[in-house]
Amino acid sequence: MATTASSTSGSHVAGTPHDAHHDAHHGGHDDHHHHELDFIQKWVFSTDHKVIGCQYAFCGLAFLFLGFLMMLVMRWQLANPGIPVPVVGNFLRGAFGPVVMTDAGALTASGYNVFGAMHGTIMVFFGIVPLAVAGFGNIVVPLQVGAPDMCYPKLNMASFWCFFTSGVLMMGSFFVPGSAAKSGWTAYPPLSGIADLPVDSSVWLNGQTVWLLAMVFNITGSLLGSINFISTIIQLRAPGLTWMRLPFFVWAQFVTAFLLVLAFPPLEAASFMQLTDRVFGTSFFMPTGLVVGQALGQSWSGGGSPILWQHLFWFLAHPEVYVLILPAIGIVAEVVANNTRKPLYGYKAMVYAIFLLGFLSFIVWAHHMYMTGMGAKVAAFFQITTIMISVPSVILLTALLLSLWGGSIRFNSPMLFATAFLPMFGIGGLTGIPLAFNAVDLFLHDTYYVIGHFHYVVAPGTIFGLFAGVYYWYPKITGRKLSEFLGRIHFWGSLITINGIFFPMFIQGMAGVHRRWYDGGVTYEQLAGPVLHWNKFMTVSAGLLALFQLPFIWNFFTSIWFGEKVGRNPWNSTTIEWDTPTPPPHGNFDKPVEVFRGPYEYSVPGAAADFIPQTQRP
Amino acid sequence: MFSRIFKYLPFFSDAEVPYTVAARPDTGLYNAKLGIWLFLASEVMLFGGLFSAYIFLRIGAEPGYWPSGLLNVPVGTANTAVLIASSVTVVLAWAALKMRQLAKYKFYMAITILCGVFFLAVKLSYEWPAKFNHFGVFVRQSAASKYDEFLGNKHLSETGQAPRWEISGHLLDAPKGSPYADQAHHNAEHFAHETHRHDAVTEADDDYVIQLDPVNADPDSKENDRPHFLPRPLSSKLAVIKAADVESASTFAPRHSTYFATYFLITGLHGLHVLGGILVFLYLWLPIKGGTKLYQSNPEHLANRVEIAGLFWHFVDLVWIFVFPIFYLL
Amino acid sequence: MSDHQAAHGAHQNSGGAVDHSHEAEHIAAHIGAYLKVGIGLLILTGVTVALSYVDFGSRANNIIVGMIVATFKASLVAAIFMHLKGEKMTIWKFLIFTCIFAAGLFFLTYLAHTDPVSGTSHSSHS
Repeated sequence: MATTASSTSGSHVAGTPHDAHHDAHHGGHDDHHHHELDFIQKWVFSTDHKVIGCQYAFCGLAFLFLGFLMMLVMRWQLANPGIPVPVVGNFLRGAFGPVVMTDAGALTASGYNVFGAMHGTIMVFFGIVPLAVAGFGNIVVPLQVGAPDMCYPKLNMASFWCFFTSGVLMMGSFFVPGSAAKSGWTAYPPLSGIADLPVDSSVWLNGQTVWLLAMVFNITGSLLGSINFISTIIQLRAPGLTWMRLPFFVWAQFVTAFLLVLAFPPLEAASFMQLTDRVFGTSFFMPTGLVVGQALGQSWSGGGSPILWQHLFWFLAHPEVYVLILPAIGIVAEVVANNTRKPLYGYKAMVYAIFLLGFLSFIVWAHHMYMTGMGAKVAAFFQITTIMISVPSVILLTALLLSLWGGSIRFNSPMLFATAFLPMFGIGGLTGIPLAFNAVDLFLHDTYYVIGHFHYVVAPGTIFGLFAGVYYWYPKITGRKLSEFLGRIHFWGSLITINGIFFPMFIQGMAGVHRRWYDGGVTYEQLAGPVLHWNKFMTVSAGLLALFQLPFIWNFFTSIWFGEKVGRNPWNSTTIEWDTPTPPPHGNFDKPVEVFRGPYEYSVPGAAADFIPQTQRP
Repeated sequence: MFSRIFKYLPFFSDAEVPYTVAARPDTGLYNAKLGIWLFLASEVMLFGGLFSAYIFLRIGAEPGYWPSGLLNVPVGTANTAVLIASSVTVVLAWAALKMRQLAKYKFYMAITILCGVFFLAVKLSYEWPAKFNHFGVFVRQSAASKYDEFLGNKHLSETGQAPRWEISGHLLDAPKGSPYADQAHHNAEHFAHETHRHDAVTEADDDYVIQLDPVNADPDSKENDRPHFLPRPLSSKLAVIKAADVESASTFAPRHSTYFATYFLITGLHGLHVLGGILVFLYLWLPIKGGTKLYQSNPEHLANRVEIAGLFWHFVDLVWIFVFPIFYLL
Repeated sequence: MSDHQAAHGAHQNSGGAVDHSHEAEHIAAHIGAYLKVGIGLLILTGVTVALSYVDFGSRANNIIVGMIVATFKASLVAAIFMHLKGEKMTIWKFLIFTCIFAAGLFFLTYLAHTDPVSGTSHSSHS
């Protein structure tokens, strides 16, 4: 592992003659210390932040792909209601059973609910957060702050295995009696309290209960991980790396980790409550006089409140939206600064903005709940805070856009994705503003307009940011670049088709098409008729989007062995993670790290090269 | 075989992380201290979520549906005192270690562990089981006038108090098919043995027979308007309630009402924290590698471990300081 | 990790042996305070129980009084036992934010509960 350390690239400006000595010495030390490690210790039960980061990132990518495939089946159903899914219909029938698929291989109504709930859950809690926060965070943050590892390596491993357990539970829930959870990723009671009850086997072995158990594990893993990030950033910064010299990605992860530490626990509490509602028959979320409950043979004393769940759920789930977007903004900031070859415009303003954003995100949650009979005073409060939070968001986006101005931009694959992120996130953000006003929200609530808004933020927004990150840091981890040619096919194909999926949603949503119609609105022909033809267009776009992911998957796996070899700093970048051997050995750095300058000293007038690494002495 | 398993515990592959024992100069903290406080911040939000549920459900409860005076106050007070005492001893244990007095440390830590075990033992062997053998029936409001001799709503409304809808005590006879039939049978035998009365089990198979709590036995008495400090024994009076008049009936288990649901969830989660604290203290007390053996090689490291485990323990104590009044007293 | 850093780390992790005797005296002086606070907490527990049997006019008033005593007890535990008094700024900063967000969770949930659209909540007990 450490032997590659000596292959320093020519572009490594900060390198000194001592490097070689350190490398050789380090290699020897490393081998002596770790020769006992076998495959399992090194790649499975590892405490090394890079390995854990790769495990997280790989699981995250796999879950993203799974969630995407579920969406494909759903989109087929929306465009061709009741018609068997082509090619894989029979396979799906065999895999998921009669609750989800008909004998002919078409999606059933409750199958649509299963896939809908699991698509949301998997994408948010098992795809993006593990990839963006835990994956990139684990790999990049310790390197960018000049630390030998995360602050608590064992806790880090525990965090991954909590997440892994929750993933196994969540996937396993497809195969319990009655199939997986059907109550949406928001799991609103009382529906989620009675779903799948009574059960043939036990109160424990059914979709919604397993969903809750999986969430408890997932939340625990997230908490352990985010405590670790905060401690690493506070305690393990290299000498000289003052707060305002931190790369923006580290700031983004810092705020994200705080959101997770403080917002996730109320949902963990709420998950415990819903679990006891289902398993021990308590009534936290079960209102008085719930007749359907009596009819099902399960009785609740009542006295609970479904609205309570919504408060506790959205207290997490609104900050969660920022958890999804902030790491992507951090990645985009790194890629933009590197490829425009100039410092970020308004770095300090961005730092303050991201803190303001983090703070405000805790007091906007009830804008998801305008329809719950909330009075005018409270609605007005949340409306005002929601409008306020657009200010720091716009500061971030504007700073990034202005960073492009006057740069000699290198349009490589990471930069293409980062550039596309900006307008896509812009569309997602701006379409959210009408939703902040409760008068408008009463009309748009639960329509495809909301789905379009949210997906513009997280799909061509966050996921494009994450692709930028994958293309950008892949060489650091594997020692080889991803193919530029395949990257371009992936980028242009994805950009066009993804807009083909999500833009028509605004049109359908404003026409009143509801997000939960499992037949795509055919039953509501009178209302939805004029916009139903878009369903076919969106489904074709989704299929094409799937095709355009194939070059990426091929690229991702083959480049491990056949990609272009790179040295320490292939992108001529300033930040510390590029000042390590490629790939970084156990303990990361081959020389003491000391930082002398800010994160983005590109194109400094009078300098020898167009970038000055943070570790270069003045 | 064990060595094969332990081989995969990656204890020897950690990279060397600085500031594990001594403080980082600019923050003044060693790593674990920062970590435990972050963890406690998340715990504040975890219990914050539960307490906000408590507030929400309590202010949302309609008059008469949020019981009070059902828990054993002297036992709760004693348990609170035990937990506070253990908080004192754990901070003394830490101070002893800082002054390099190993024997004193072991002594104070042993007391702390015993206090924790006592707290849990009381909870699990006495407080909770007593609740599971107590039974309550919420009478439908439309049928409540039939049972006013047990509810006393006339008296309560005349004196401007919240109404009462529940009749509670020991279940002696349950309707046919009730999941509580076994418990009722057991209680009825006990009742017959104690009082030599055999009128507890009725012929009808659609009614509940309850040996009443003092509150329901004499609901019009001013004595019963406020809860008492000392729990009082059951009266020998019986109430017969038709199943059709019952809105919900259950033992004082989590399903009984939102009051007991929050009580059991919060005290249960708190109990798990106590258990976790005990296990960590035991680990730091035993003469093993991570425990007192560490004293020989790096006493400061052990002191740090005791400090952060202690911080956790104080937090558990702090939560109980709120749990005790809101469930037992108010 | 290089020799330089490793040596540095080892030094850091050996524990502050130099100023240890000074620190020990400092701690010895605190033991009396710990015992006093412990006794104070026990007394306040008795006070909490006693006050709950005093009629302050309404149940709500009793809850307020009880919570004031509990908050005072909790602050004693946090300030003295948990050494928050004199704790580093880093910890204070995020604890303050934690308290703000917890208070927000309590207060805004409460507010949302007390301000419903008229006619949307009614009794369902029959």
